[in-house]
Amino acid sequence: MTAILFIAQRASAAVLAFAVTVHLATILYAVRGGLTAGEVLGRTRDNHWFFAFYVLFVLAVAVHAPIGLRNVLREWTRWHGRSLDVALALFSVLLLILGIRAALAVYVSPERLFG
Amino acid sequence: MALDSESALAVDVWRGAAEGRFQTFQVPRRAHQTILDVVTEIQRDQDATLSYRFACRVGMCGSCAMVVNGRPRWTCRTRVSEAVTGDGKLQLEPLRNFTVVKDLTVDMAAFFDKWRDAKGHFEPAPIEKDGEPGSPMPQADFQVVPPATPERQAADAGIECIGCGVCHSACDVVAWNKDYLGPAPLNRAWTLVNDVRDAGNDARIDAVSGSAGCHACHSHMNCTEFCPRGIAPTYSIAGLKRAMISRALGRKS
Repeated sequence: MTAILFIAQRASAAVLAFAVTVHLATILYAVRGGLTAGEVLGRTRDNHWFFAFYVLFVLAVAVHAPIGLRNVLREWTRWHGRSLDVALALFSVLLLILGIRAALAVYVSPERLFG
Repeated sequence: MALDSESALAVDVWRGAAEGRFQTFQVPRRAHQTILDVVTEIQRDQDATLSYRFACRVGMCGSCAMVVNGRPRWTCRTRVSEAVTGDGKLQLEPLRNFTVVKDLTVDMAAFFDKWRDAKGHFEPAPIEKDGEPGSPMPQADFQVVPPATPERQAADAGIECIGCGVCHSACDVVAWNKDYLGPAPLNRAWTLVNDVRDAGNDARIDAVSGSAGCHACHSHMNCTEFCPRGIAPTYSIAGLKRAMISRALGRKS
């Protein structure tokens, strides 16, 4: 189990190194370029590449963050065992839901949702 | 004994066990004096009840390790001039992360239990003889591992450990997590992983892959900084992580 978590932690870190760089560069570009919210949404809506990238990003976060948090908690607190693992699995699901929801919010057009 | 700071050392020595206090001794400074010389002089001339441990006096046995002015080191191979403060003070403590028996003497049992738990013993592989597998013990013949081969050199990297406990004393993770196997047992496990004659790697990599094994290492490199043999247990532990990944992904390490 430790071995699988260790590999998952390293592999997700490799994805994050790439994804965080792209994410920050995109934000800087959008802000400095003076794009309006409407212009940003115009570029993200129905953009399959954009959505696929953020799904990958969110998946990597949902894998990476709970494993790291588990290591920190096990090292610095007395919380060990099954209850910790269940709590962090739920935390992972929470990150996944929040992340995918945010990505969907800028990907799906309102007409497709409500029209 | 009244000696000025030019000719005397003020030596704070830990007295007691887990609970205790520092006792100050005045010891004359001598040319080429080692820390072990200082402790021996205190014990012989000033207080015969002082407990400490040594055997070889030449850096072979590893039994005289103590914490000298905050740094774990072999006292027999440390000259006073290397360790003393500018105003002639020395502070001698027993190794950290060990149970203190008395004064400067620690109990090494828990440390060596971790060598056992890390499967730090040689597991002989059966040797083929005339195309037939031989019996594992006793070995039918010597197995030749030429010194120049990469396999032998990989095993050589960590083989000179003499189990003095300096790295164990210096390691932050050992201090935080009492179950952590620690740099010396993991270095031993890595040495055996690289020993082509050894057949115990499945059990060994399992033993070092738990939450108290190689993954607990934070790569602070205190062990590598303080090892008096110049071994780099941090790299041995990194090697174990790689071996574990190879095994988990189904490759032969």
